[in-house]
Amino acid sequence: MGTSFGRGGATTFPADLQNSDVIVIEGSNMAECHPVAFRWIMKAREKGATLIHVDPRFTRTTAVSDIHVPIRAGTDIAFLGGIVKYIVDNDRYFKDYVVAYTNAPAIVSDEFQDTEDLDGLFSGWEAGQGKYSTKTWAYKGVDPEPASGVRESQAANEGVPIQRQPIQAKETDPTLQNPRCVFQILKRHYSRYTPEMVEETCGIPKALFLKVAETLCRNSGRERTGSFVYAVGWTQHTVGVQYIRTACIIQLLLGNIGRPGGGIMALRGHASIQGSTDIPTLYNLLPGYIPMPKAKHDKDLDTYLRLNQSPSGWWGEFPKYFVSLMKAWFGDKAQKDNDWCYDYLPTLTGDHSHMNTVVDMADGKLKGYFVMGENPVVGSMNGPLQRKGLRHLDWLVVRDFQLIETAEFWRDGPDIERGEIRPEEIGTEVFFFPAAAHTEKDGSFTNTQRLLQWHHKAVEPKGDNRSELDFVFKLGQRLKKLYENEYDQPRNWPIRDLTWDYPTHGTLQEPSAEAVLHEINGYTIAGRKPVEGFTWLKDDGTTACGCWIYSGSYRDGINQTARRKPYWEQNATALEWAWAWPSNRRVIYNRASADPQGKPWSGRKQLVWWDEARQKWTGDDVPDFIVDRPPWYRPSEDARGKDTISGADPFIMQSDGKGWLFAAAGLEDGPLPTHYEPEEGIVQNPLYGQQCNPSRMEWLRPDNPYHRPFNDPRFPYVATTYRLTEHHTAGGMSRWLSWLSELQPAMFCEVSPELAAECGLKNGGWATIRTMRAEIEARVLVTRRVRPLKIRGRIIHQIGLPYHWSSKGLVRGDAANDLIAFVGDPNVSIQESKAFTVSIEPGRYSRGRRTITSGPVVRTVPPGVEKRDLPAAQPKPEGAHGFKASETKEGNT
Amino acid sequence: MNKNIPASMDWPVLKQVRNRDVWGLGNSAASGRTETLAARTKTADRVVGSVCPYCAVGCAQLVYVKDERIIDIEGDPGSPISNGCLCPKGAATFQLVTGAHRLNRVLYRRPYGTEWEAIPLDRAMDMVAERVKKSRDENWEEKGKNNEPLHRTMSMAHLGGATLDNEENYLIKKLFTALGIVQIENQARI
Repeated sequence: MGTSFGRGGATTFPADLQNSDVIVIEGSNMAECHPVAFRWIMKAREKGATLIHVDPRFTRTTAVSDIHVPIRAGTDIAFLGGIVKYIVDNDRYFKDYVVAYTNAPAIVSDEFQDTEDLDGLFSGWEAGQGKYSTKTWAYKGVDPEPASGVRESQAANEGVPIQRQPIQAKETDPTLQNPRCVFQILKRHYSRYTPEMVEETCGIPKALFLKVAETLCRNSGRERTGSFVYAVGWTQHTVGVQYIRTACIIQLLLGNIGRPGGGIMALRGHASIQGSTDIPTLYNLLPGYIPMPKAKHDKDLDTYLRLNQSPSGWWGEFPKYFVSLMKAWFGDKAQKDNDWCYDYLPTLTGDHSHMNTVVDMADGKLKGYFVMGENPVVGSMNGPLQRKGLRHLDWLVVRDFQLIETAEFWRDGPDIERGEIRPEEIGTEVFFFPAAAHTEKDGSFTNTQRLLQWHHKAVEPKGDNRSELDFVFKLGQRLKKLYENEYDQPRNWPIRDLTWDYPTHGTLQEPSAEAVLHEINGYTIAGRKPVEGFTWLKDDGTTACGCWIYSGSYRDGINQTARRKPYWEQNATALEWAWAWPSNRRVIYNRASADPQGKPWSGRKQLVWWDEARQKWTGDDVPDFIVDRPPWYRPSEDARGKDTISGADPFIMQSDGKGWLFAAAGLEDGPLPTHYEPEEGIVQNPLYGQQCNPSRMEWLRPDNPYHRPFNDPRFPYVATTYRLTEHHTAGGMSRWLSWLSELQPAMFCEVSPELAAECGLKNGGWATIRTMRAEIEARVLVTRRVRPLKIRGRIIHQIGLPYHWSSKGLVRGDAANDLIAFVGDPNVSIQESKAFTVSIEPGRYSRGRRTITSGPVVRTVPPGVEKRDLPAAQPKPEGAHGFKASETKEGNT
Repeated sequence: MNKNIPASMDWPVLKQVRNRDVWGLGNSAASGRTETLAARTKTADRVVGSVCPYCAVGCAQLVYVKDERIIDIEGDPGSPISNGCLCPKGAATFQLVTGAHRLNRVLYRRPYGTEWEAIPLDRAMDMVAERVKKSRDENWEEKGKNNEPLHRTMSMAHLGGATLDNEENYLIKKLFTALGIVQIENQARI
């Protein structure tokens, strides 16, 4: 979504879904995983909206839907691409919206070649590099800055506004007829995504597909709006980002972004998962989606700013946010003449994301590891490899409520049960710190709709229980002290100069969370007065701000996130309940709810509009626009930064102010979503010779083996993982609670009656499920909720696996994630766990569970002749394919 | 309760008949004791605003505290997100934060050890700080092969954040970045 619209957050909020006329839930079992938010969808249905659920399984969400579309896991782009084709071919797009607000009219470089021309590759594939050069994807006549061609992968979280270059189309064709315009390229790209092809690829009958496409079109346009809802059923694929991109394209074509009842609702699984990307505990970002410096390019401050400041659009403000961040971190020491302490920051030399870290750990390259509120041994892929990594550490710190599997890896796991490794042989030193609960500390969560909500401390934590705030603060104090006598060395200056003087309170002398929020909000250096918002920030060192997008959350010295005015005392947008970024805007890009002249497209769907009398934007939401910029404003030729945003451009974070049907920059694996099969599939790609996403990340190593790309006789079934209402992700917050455990007491697998008959599985009995990585056992649930699909005359069986259980807690079972390989999306390094192949047989494993770290689980057979890649994409860099290893020796970027 | 009715007539079935309450779902379900009952939330010393810690919907909670102990956690009816609702997980928050599963001692497993040992919090903090310093000092990368600036250590990593507060993530990112740690990750990548 970051690439399409400019920001990575959900464009709307769940309560707004009640204004939708049609809702498509795909890649999510919302009724089960987000039941309270699902109430708003039920409200929409009461008002007459149609609910469509696209999912391999019939779930609790399906049970209350109007239309269920069973789909083969991993084929969503084929399905959604088919809808794009339906919209374009039948002229069902919202023409005025598309021409004014999207890049449909932009003319693309003559050098661009589509997957239609190259059998599944775009132009710019660099054989040997294993990745694309994105130069040919640019708009015509727009030279990307010289650095952009060589600029290191941004392998960023999905939400990053990546485009930094002055990407504004020089030539456009508002009639959308020019064969090189985005609209025509899009039309050609999806020309073969016919209803028949959808049926053949996804297993969705043609009539059903047409019904969905027609329902969607009929409920969009000037008077009506529809929304898409997704969760990790979309993100956890080797083409996950492109899944979401396809929905973005549909929503832009139908004119559904920025309008009530429209938008794309991303449902996230943890209380503050949005917050942990905004203020990132992510390797590639600094707070507010500011990129970490890259060793190869960002040699000094000037270069770093030049490469990141966009000459057009809102990112022209970049230096203000960066300088204010450095002032917040390094205080008086950050001055103009020392480049605001720029060289205090560590730099990146590649992809340092989780899976790479684990692999390095398994290879003995890491000494220490902090794990706070996460249980990677159960929740991450290839559990055996995760445990192997932990065994090779010098020390490990785990902070949680109880001894989770990650804390006890040294005496818990298949390798230990089988006696292959003994605790006496594992040298890792482990510290377990009991964590304080949210009721025992002050702080804010950012929920799925970008809303920061404060929770107050209710009681003191018991015993040694402490918040992470307290732990990190006091660790920092100790380190400052430990380094006290070594401040002659420049490498220790960042520790010396780090501002770390938060006021403390209470018997435990805990740091004040409000003081931290004050710093995040930003303040003036003179007087330490909270700033009102990010427009107050300066690049001259007179302001400090810890996270510019959260600026305004402590406006007027009042904790805005703690506001709790009941909903019945305010309008439907509920602007006085907590605080949303940016600037308390609830539906982002809401300028698009009005036409180019500033009038609402329709009275039924009005949200913000231009108030001619007061000469400003106004409405039921905070306008996501420059509030006094009139609709008729057009930038002059020499305009820079935010002055380049015309009065009719709703997507202010984009360098050209447009919603991007075609991503001219910012993605690793293509400007348009293309159907690729999962790393491990059942069938050959029906559309292209290129089987899988050519840019996917692979880890080719003995402890991470892959199955054949398709038709692997050893693994004839598709598996997908999912969650249940009664448990929470890897179970750390649910498997220890009797109230929840008794509701879902055991690991199970869902299979169809047909598959049960084929394999001899009995309802309530046991089954063993295998991949080359591991084997697990589970109770069998035979149910019609999982239906076999017919693909090109062949019956495809799918198996559903919840992933909540493991070896500890009140209820136990094998961990489904042990089965899954490390393989990832090239844009965001998210792994593929929603589609992979397995074998299944009745009964339990005979003696002790086998995993790849103690030898092959399944007899290896000579690799098949089927290839995942076209010859052009086959040459691989040493040890990997299309993948930026975290090696530093060659500066392998 | 009608005081004039003899106790024998207070038998529930007779009450149902008398009140024409066939299913026993109306007033006849009440007894004298019922009238003396009140929700335990009524006796709370204070009510504290909170947010559900499970998924990202962000349902608002009210935490009821009496004698410095949590006695109940309910949905906050004023929330525009949840209107007072909680799902099964949210409704189990009380057990999550007050249950016997929670440990409140620091535990230490020494290298090649077979058991946990309890150690004081302060000592554990000192030990972790020393290990961070040692790992950092022994594995510092100042410059790369081509003289590019690195200023970092690849010897340590962090995982976790999606269950933590923004303020906590902020301090983690701030301190660890200043230490030169770059491998900082969380559940968003999962």
